[in-house]
Amino acid sequence: MRTISLTINDQRITAPDGDSLLWAALDNGIYIPNLCSLRDKPGPAASCRLCFVEVEGLSQPVPACTQQVREGMVVNTKGLAALRLAGTAFELLMASEPVTCGACLANRNCELQKIARHLHLSLKPRHLKRLLHDLPVDDTNPQFSYDPNKCVLCGRCVWVSRQKAGGVFGFANRGFERVMTNFYNGPMGEISGQVCCECVAVCPTGALVLKDEKL
Amino acid sequence: MTIEETTFSRQTELILKKFGRKKENLLPVLQAVQGKLGYLPREAMLEIARFLGIAEMDVYSVVTFYNQFRLNPPGKHSVRVCLGTACHMKGGYIALDAWKRRLGIDVKQTTPDREFDLDTVACVGCCVLAPVTVVDDNPEGQVEPTRVDGILLAFERQRDEQADQENR
Repeated sequence: MRTISLTINDQRITAPDGDSLLWAALDNGIYIPNLCSLRDKPGPAASCRLCFVEVEGLSQPVPACTQQVREGMVVNTKGLAALRLAGTAFELLMASEPVTCGACLANRNCELQKIARHLHLSLKPRHLKRLLHDLPVDDTNPQFSYDPNKCVLCGRCVWVSRQKAGGVFGFANRGFERVMTNFYNGPMGEISGQVCCECVAVCPTGALVLKDEKL
Repeated sequence: MTIEETTFSRQTELILKKFGRKKENLLPVLQAVQGKLGYLPREAMLEIARFLGIAEMDVYSVVTFYNQFRLNPPGKHSVRVCLGTACHMKGGYIALDAWKRRLGIDVKQTTPDREFDLDTVACVGCCVLAPVTVVDDNPEGQVEPTRVDGILLAFERQRDEQADQENR
């Protein structure tokens, strides 16, 4: 496959043709915050609004996952306008996220903590009023536990479950009530944990956690 | 399966015969099944997923996304609390809380005796009466918690009178 060379933050990198800018950067060790993207997931969801970068020749910041790499592209991931957009998106996201890191199984292994550090933001938004969900934690499955309050609705597990487990996970309801769940909002104990361990592994937060990590 | 569930499956099967096995048919199928059964029971959704060859979760996703689909059987009387802008300002939520408390159910649920079902609407077009509750297509204005009690009392008396007449 043809390779393409481009410049990100004054660093020359190469990437295969057709690759998205986001994954070209990530593969070359340049971190761009992201939640809704996965390596093989086709098409940009562009729903987390965190991967904004500035591309030379474009007047406004763009989400890196929506851009294909082009020969000679010059990209800046540290532009103020891009980071401001990403920062606002992150604060909006965190406004309905319980920040209970000390008691969370994903502590130190959490994409949200990583993004907060990267954007120099605190986990609790400073400018927004917090509005939390109050949903029960589902601990019925022997393999994993699910805390819907910590879910950021990135859709990673939904996509993986569609590929590997016939689509046991999906979204239900609308607006603020939107939630990742299984059929008829049933207990997670109803589904086979074996099939779903892969779906659990892609969760960027502490919403879906494998239970043996507890030990 | 209970008798009710068995008839639901059978009726769903009959309706499905009129449709092709394409996933584009999901919405018309759901509308036809709800038109017949009054709501979308769990068994019907499973049947539809199997028929169209899509994940059960996808059917559930669509059903919970659109307001027109119900997961609970409709009650004999429908209660629709308006939460449009005017009703919101005049205390629509207070009326809604009163209904919830008096009926002992949440929004989009039906009382266990299937007498009442409760839901909200965005605006019914008679804002001057705010806060409005539409009871069986009949808009009731200035619904304060005491009015809620009054409306329910009227239904109770109506039911008692009917029972009296039947006994006679």
